[in-house]
Amino acid sequence: MPELSEPHDVPTHVDADWRRVSPKYVVVEVVGSIIGSGVVIAALLIAHFLGAQQWALWVAIAVAVIAIVTIALEPRRVRSIAYRLRDDDLVFRRGIMFQRQVAVPYGRMQLVDITRGPVARALGLADLKFVTAAAATAVTVPGLPAEEADRLRDELVALAETRRAGL
Amino acid sequence: MTVGPPGSARATTGIADGQWHRLHPASPLLRGGLALIAILGFVIANLRERLVEVFIPVFAPDLGDEFDERFSRWQGDWAADPIGGIVMNGLVGWALAGVAVVIIGIVFGFWLSWRMHTFRITDEAVEVRSGIVFRSHRSARLDRIQGINVARPLFARLFGAAKLDVSVAGQSGNVQLSYLASALADGLRADILRLASGARAAKAAGAAPSGVPVTEQGEAALGATAPGETALGETVLGETAPGETALGEADAASQTPGQSSAAVAGRVGELVTRRVGEFLAPELDPDLAPPESVVHIPVGRVIGSTALGGAVIWLIVLAAVLAVGVATRTWWMLFSFIPALIGLASYSWSRITQSLRYSIAGTPDGVRIGHGLLSTANQTLPPGRVHAVEATQWLLWRPFGWWSVRINVAGHSLSANRESVQRTIVLPVGTADDVRRVLDLLLPGAAPALGDALDAGLGGRGADGGFEPAPRRAAWLHPFAWRRIGWLERDGIAAIRRGVLVRGLVLVPLARLQSVAVQRGPLRRMLRLSSLRLHTVTGPVTATLPVIDEVRATAAFDAVAKEAVERAALDTSHHWGAANG
Repeated sequence: MPELSEPHDVPTHVDADWRRVSPKYVVVEVVGSIIGSGVVIAALLIAHFLGAQQWALWVAIAVAVIAIVTIALEPRRVRSIAYRLRDDDLVFRRGIMFQRQVAVPYGRMQLVDITRGPVARALGLADLKFVTAAAATAVTVPGLPAEEADRLRDELVALAETRRAGL
Repeated sequence: MTVGPPGSARATTGIADGQWHRLHPASPLLRGGLALIAILGFVIANLRERLVEVFIPVFAPDLGDEFDERFSRWQGDWAADPIGGIVMNGLVGWALAGVAVVIIGIVFGFWLSWRMHTFRITDEAVEVRSGIVFRSHRSARLDRIQGINVARPLFARLFGAAKLDVSVAGQSGNVQLSYLASALADGLRADILRLASGARAAKAAGAAPSGVPVTEQGEAALGATAPGETALGETVLGETAPGETALGEADAASQTPGQSSAAVAGRVGELVTRRVGEFLAPELDPDLAPPESVVHIPVGRVIGSTALGGAVIWLIVLAAVLAVGVATRTWWMLFSFIPALIGLASYSWSRITQSLRYSIAGTPDGVRIGHGLLSTANQTLPPGRVHAVEATQWLLWRPFGWWSVRINVAGHSLSANRESVQRTIVLPVGTADDVRRVLDLLLPGAAPALGDALDAGLGGRGADGGFEPAPRRAAWLHPFAWRRIGWLERDGIAAIRRGVLVRGLVLVPLARLQSVAVQRGPLRRMLRLSSLRLHTVTGPVTATLPVIDEVRATAAFDAVAKEAVERAALDTSHHWGAANG
């Protein structure tokens, strides 16, 4: 890193520790899974009882089992979501079966987006999405407490300004 | 930094003066009108017999009996025979008037759309205003320009016109100036690039002896241009409204004395000569580029590579189908494959004509790549715009040592648009030496930094050239390619080597890396492997290393993340002019 001038490039929040998202985010994921699998199971049951399709029942049971396993693992999956603000970039990781770790330099962030779904809003949570010039970056930190998401967004925007690089 | 000798007409076209200008008068015709003419031609060709039949009785009254007979045959069925209906009911005059109104309306629409379509080039941006009812105003900021392309489709070339396409970062954010006079397009490109390079107009004026303010400078330059290149003013802006621009006035002044027929004939002759000259001229303007292209592709190689490309597989499939069809005497089978055959032939033909007359050369304002036999196109990539480069070699190309090179550039989206796909191919087919030369232009410093690793990346395997090979257990996932797969990061260039059937070498300048990811699913975790992906702007090149040892992956991830930040901070190539002085 070339020497940058002092005051603004030593952000207060930079730390070496991984930060976790709010444990309440488990609820958002569980509700999402229940609704998603519920719709599929309902459709299959209708096909079974009204359409007299024997196979539909088995598929419905399989979907239910998968949904239950997913929901049981949800707390671990949410615990695996973590991000870390380093001097020059943000590192994000998630996943237990399919693990993914991404590093995004602050200077590459084109925009920082906050989105809030209905369940997340009820719990006071928000998702923070980072967009770079590369579509594949796809970094979304879910389940941040709303105030923290706002604060983080402002800090990241300020950081991106100081580290701004050309395209 | 200057392009061409100072003070020459080339140095500035006078158009880049911040004033609004109009496009080539034939623009609407070239843009959409050809389709209209084709439709008209189709209609007329189909109705010709009818019309001749109909008009015979009008011009030859002797045949009146037949006319009456036909009148009795017409049974008021407008839908089946509208022309008959028109004639029988004595509406010919009205019909002709209607056709005339439509034609006048179309011509007026063309004229209006040409009047309303204006562009200007300021120190900040290239702007285009267009539309009659729904006005649109697009502007491309000069410092965001990712490339400038000049395309000359066959019809436009016959008119001596060219299309200038300024591509900026962002999906489909291109600003198009279609169409301009051919010579003007090249000059304008040089102007835009000079403005974009960070060297301000003041500097350019300092280089030229006439250090006058910008607007006046434009006029002065035009005065100098007018005698030599009257056709330029005439074709481009001759029909501007009186007093609209200095250009129009200068042109009008130069036109008045030469009204005698001899002068007109002379001018027509000159125009024709100029058109022919433009048509046959090499794609790279000798004033703007070193005359020698660094790569020359022989015609035989273009044809050979196309024949041995993906087309050959389809040809074999088709031949097999035809053989089966003939053997079993199922003739319908033959006919059903005729469209496929036509498609194949047209694909091969377009690939060959697109790749002919290929040239690539470095200029102070970036790399210029030109190609095309009938419809020509050339693009200029300013320095520091290339985000990823991939050299690939298909199995059948291997005996000949042929490679093709593609790049990722911001703004060239993955759209199905053939033109933009074509633009990402910077070398249609070339030898390893050609790849090296092209690489020298696209990523200066990459080839020396990689050294022998470049050859190892193209043809090698295992630990050749310092590559980090994939461990043996990767064979479970990539049974054939695992020996080829390798990773190297040296001097800010990341190299990914992969593929057996289609050999590939991806180079990513870390200075322009957007982000980096390391991923592993259950299978890779069992084998203690990971995959590494370098995220660049969208394009045909995907910089993914499919397998790498888990521990090495973490090390590579950290190294790349750190290096990317450092290189990005040091990189100044996107303000190339400012860096030079």
